[in-house]
Amino acid sequence: MPATDTEDSRRGPRHEPSGFPEPPGQDIGRTAGRTAGGAGGPDDSDEMASGLDALESPVSATAATSRRLLAKAAPPLAAVALVLALWQTAYALNWSATLPSPAAVWGELAGAWSDGTLLPALGHSLLRCLVGFAASAAIGVPLGLLLTRMAPLRTVLGPILSAVQSLPAAALVPVAVIALGNSESAVYAVVLLGAVPSIAVGVTTAVDQIPPLLLRAGRSMGAGGLRGAVHILVPAALPGFVAALRQGWTFGWRALMTAELITATPLPGIGRMLDAGRQGGELSLVLASVVLILAVGVLVESALFSPVERRVLRSRGLASAAGR
Amino acid sequence: MSTELATPAPAPSVTGAGAGQARPYAVRLDRVSKSFGSSPRARQQVLDGIGLTVAPGEFVCLLGASGCGKSTLLNLVAGLDHPTSGEVRVPHGRPALMFQDHALFPWLSAGRNVELALKLAGVPRAERRGRAEELLRLVRLPDAYGKRVHQLSGGMRQRVALARSLAQGSRVLLMDEPFAALDAITRDLLHEELTRVWRERELTVLFVTHNVREAVRLGQRVVLLSSRPGRVAREWDVDLPYPRRIEDSGVTSLAREITGHLHEEIVRHARH
Repeated sequence: MPATDTEDSRRGPRHEPSGFPEPPGQDIGRTAGRTAGGAGGPDDSDEMASGLDALESPVSATAATSRRLLAKAAPPLAAVALVLALWQTAYALNWSATLPSPAAVWGELAGAWSDGTLLPALGHSLLRCLVGFAASAAIGVPLGLLLTRMAPLRTVLGPILSAVQSLPAAALVPVAVIALGNSESAVYAVVLLGAVPSIAVGVTTAVDQIPPLLLRAGRSMGAGGLRGAVHILVPAALPGFVAALRQGWTFGWRALMTAELITATPLPGIGRMLDAGRQGGELSLVLASVVLILAVGVLVESALFSPVERRVLRSRGLASAAGR
Repeated sequence: MSTELATPAPAPSVTGAGAGQARPYAVRLDRVSKSFGSSPRARQQVLDGIGLTVAPGEFVCLLGASGCGKSTLLNLVAGLDHPTSGEVRVPHGRPALMFQDHALFPWLSAGRNVELALKLAGVPRAERRGRAEELLRLVRLPDAYGKRVHQLSGGMRQRVALARSLAQGSRVLLMDEPFAALDAITRDLLHEELTRVWRERELTVLFVTHNVREAVRLGQRVVLLSSRPGRVAREWDVDLPYPRRIEDSGVTSLAREITGHLHEEIVRHARH
């Protein structure tokens, strides 16, 4: 801050803006013609301003809602139909002796639904992932922010986080099981180790990518420290935060499936279903589990992260990059 | 500091308002130097002994080629950086700063951008909306309140940025080549807008540019900085009445003279 001078805080005399200080010994521009006003009166410039504004403002066109919905839903539906068609063809032509038909897998799912094992398995897996994800976000976001504020911490923790991030969850499960036993805590430990580093690294990157000018503008407006973080830093990095959380969810969900598959937790889960199918040699049950895992992933992505991300980007004028 | 400085302080205004008081100032730089780099060998001096006094209500344009340390100078006055030696005084608190890029926050609407500045300046919540709308009217954007930054044209963005700067409540406005990225028509319009707002709001403006005509068209005083390190090379009082136009013969002839000196400054570096 410049030294402020309170003794001089009284209002100084104001220059009449059209009055000029006497030039000290320089005789410049005196002979110039005093062209006043001319064509550019205030009303003229007002009209000029609104005319220019109208000419330069981007024109936006919006399509009908029904058409937009159709355009959005058609590609994934077509993809599902294509996979089903290929699958059915492969089954009909008997390409593989063990491949069950789509109908058999569907029957497996329907059976699990009617005997009441599907919902608890799905519910437990989802709950675990939600709790694990919430905990990961609660640890990962502050950790990532802390890393951007403290350079020494970053030099130490940064490489460790990157290393853990690249570690497959399957390698972590035996460690967690030996340390914590075949328990829920072992599962959560694997989910946390899968999601926290990815969220923390993502948050750090998001903050690094904020245009320095915005931070400078914020500081010049008096937004430093905590106020700067709340009003400038976090909103500026929000698109990156959403991307980090989305990746954290994906990593957490994958880690959870691995953990459920390998550990013998007492409570059911989709990973358990998968393991039961593997041990019984029932490919239809295995494929049913895979379909479930995929469906949850796609659903969370398209119902939660995708809309949030689109909203965040659209409000910043970046939506066209993410599709409409 | 009570001693008279060697820097040429502006004479009292012709209307004589406030005559008899000690010469007041809105910004004063006293032998300000700034160097970057920690080791003595890699040290680079950007500003060298700058002395500059800006009177309240005065419009001063700082002119210089690249490397004259204009942006560094504004950073010092804005309080974003500290001088290596010398003193920067801004008696009326933190000045508002405007950039070449609008630097509006893209996650907020135009109105909310202005309101955030009001909030950070300590304006109570109940008053913010009204004040923001009033400021947008002042820059002739009465309908822009709910618009997002990307929905505005370049000229409109700079006008919102001006409104946001004014919302900071400072009477001192620092401008870092604010119109350099605009097309000529829009720039000309914004020159008029800025002059109008400066007079209506009785602002003190320190305007950095490397456009000589722009400096002469806007300023009451033009200060030419030399480059590497930045020093005050010369200054001119622009004794032309407002409203001015960029094509006025007075503007043109003074701009021609100043351009000559600017070229001399640049050529000096060719020999070194």
